[in-house]
Amino acid sequence: MKKAFVTLGFALGLPAILVVLWWIATTVSPSFFVPTPGELIVTFVETWFGPRLWVDILPSIARFGIGVVIAIVAGILLGMLVGLNRDLRAFTEPVFEFFRALPPPVLIPVLLLLFGPTDWMKVFIIVLAAIWPVLLNTIEGVRAADPVQTETSRSYGISGLNRVRYQVLPSAAPQILAGVRQSLPIGLILMVISEMFSSSSGLGFSIIQFQRRFAIPEMWSGILVLGLIGFAVAAVFRYVERRILRWYHGLKELENAA
Amino acid sequence: MTVQSPGDQTVTRSVAAVQAKSRRRRYRPRRALLGLAGILTLLAIWEIAARVGLVDPRFLPPPSEVLPRLLEIATIAPFWIAVGDTLVQWGLGLAIALVLASVTGVVIGLSPFLRRATSSTVEFLRPVPSVALIPLAVLLFGVRIEASLLLIVYAAFWQIFIQVLYGVADVDKIAMDTGQSYGFSTWQRIRDIVFPTTLPYLMTGIRLAAAVALILAITAQLIIGTPGLGLEIARAQNAGLYTTMYALVLATGFLGVLINFGARFLERALLSWHHSVRGEIPV
Repeated sequence: MKKAFVTLGFALGLPAILVVLWWIATTVSPSFFVPTPGELIVTFVETWFGPRLWVDILPSIARFGIGVVIAIVAGILLGMLVGLNRDLRAFTEPVFEFFRALPPPVLIPVLLLLFGPTDWMKVFIIVLAAIWPVLLNTIEGVRAADPVQTETSRSYGISGLNRVRYQVLPSAAPQILAGVRQSLPIGLILMVISEMFSSSSGLGFSIIQFQRRFAIPEMWSGILVLGLIGFAVAAVFRYVERRILRWYHGLKELENAA
Repeated sequence: MTVQSPGDQTVTRSVAAVQAKSRRRRYRPRRALLGLAGILTLLAIWEIAARVGLVDPRFLPPPSEVLPRLLEIATIAPFWIAVGDTLVQWGLGLAIALVLASVTGVVIGLSPFLRRATSSTVEFLRPVPSVALIPLAVLLFGVRIEASLLLIVYAAFWQIFIQVLYGVADVDKIAMDTGQSYGFSTWQRIRDIVFPTTLPYLMTGIRLAAAVALILAITAQLIIGTPGLGLEIARAQNAGLYTTMYALVLATGFLGVLINFGARFLERALLSWHHSVRGEIPV
């Protein structure tokens, strides 16, 4: 019981102190640029829990979700294909290296030109940005598979899809998930700025509108919404990773203990 | 009776390392040729797609026009000024983030109390996408480079900070205790025990942060309009100079490749003593 209180105290202590400091600072010397905590919460509820939830938030999240899922699936499939074939790996390496290094936001004007400002263009940008970490980590994970495992499955006659399913995929999983972890924030960045660059709805668009109209509390509430989405995405990822890699974390613990 | 040739068991680690190196070298020409073929294939597909007219040819100029244009703009000063602006924002942002993140990372990482007290706040702030701060940056700084720096520092800080925390947590407790028994001062312990253990983690953080910082620098230039390559791309697009726009996009990609190679080179040079870099030696 006491332990639970201590844990709770540690979890809420610093955030509580920060909010109190923020509240004192904005009450003692009100600033045009920073709303008080109370103002922010009222504006947050008023602004986002109405039609905006359906017009701005959910479509943005849907585009992000679709884009990221396509990127992960395509990245893993393509990564396995390339990772299992040494010549194909050498063939694609410089090209992939270039696209990985290309900062994805520069693709927005290009795709805008080619496809116009449609929903699918925005999904496509998210895919194009989020695929590289997954793809390259899958290639690396597949390539670095334990040779003993590979030879064992060969002598047991495990080949083709079975080998991919039971040997290659599990042994590459930690690395693939590390790639997914990197690709999620990139997808989120592209979700926001594709809407800032050219759009008439969506989270990114609304936040920029608020800023242009100097609607400061609304702007902050938009930042808060994006923060909450980022937090939720990270939490979902952590949950999924723990489910998929339970065996891996267990193994690591054993190795560390030994 | 034959003289036994030196068997596998006499092959020492260093010999194995040299062999591994030469084996790697033997494949090089083939790999390089295949890589070149990959690049040429991509260019050929682009060229054909542009010539066949799948999309409006004005919107997709072929590489045979874009590459010469890139060489052309590379001879004029404004291009290099934009590259310089981009690199200044990138480097300055990364440097500020590095200093802030390593200092706070070491201070918080070394104290179990602080680590526990800050973890919920860190877990909440870290996933906030730094582009959420764009409106704030515009409001505070307009199109000055501080607007870019705010985004870059925020994004790069977390990448480095988290790695430093991992690194400090990895420090050998016995080494720390030994240091204490030998009368090391706090500073000595940080310099001689914590720093070498943390360095591999720190380098990983810097490598990730370097890539993210470039993304944010370009984003700020595209969206906010701080000077740099991103702004030039937006301008070329608005003016309908599409060939120039593609050339600038390519230039941005090359800059990214350069930064990635630089970061990896630095990592290898600084960590040549560390087994994670040496690896790949078959024993």
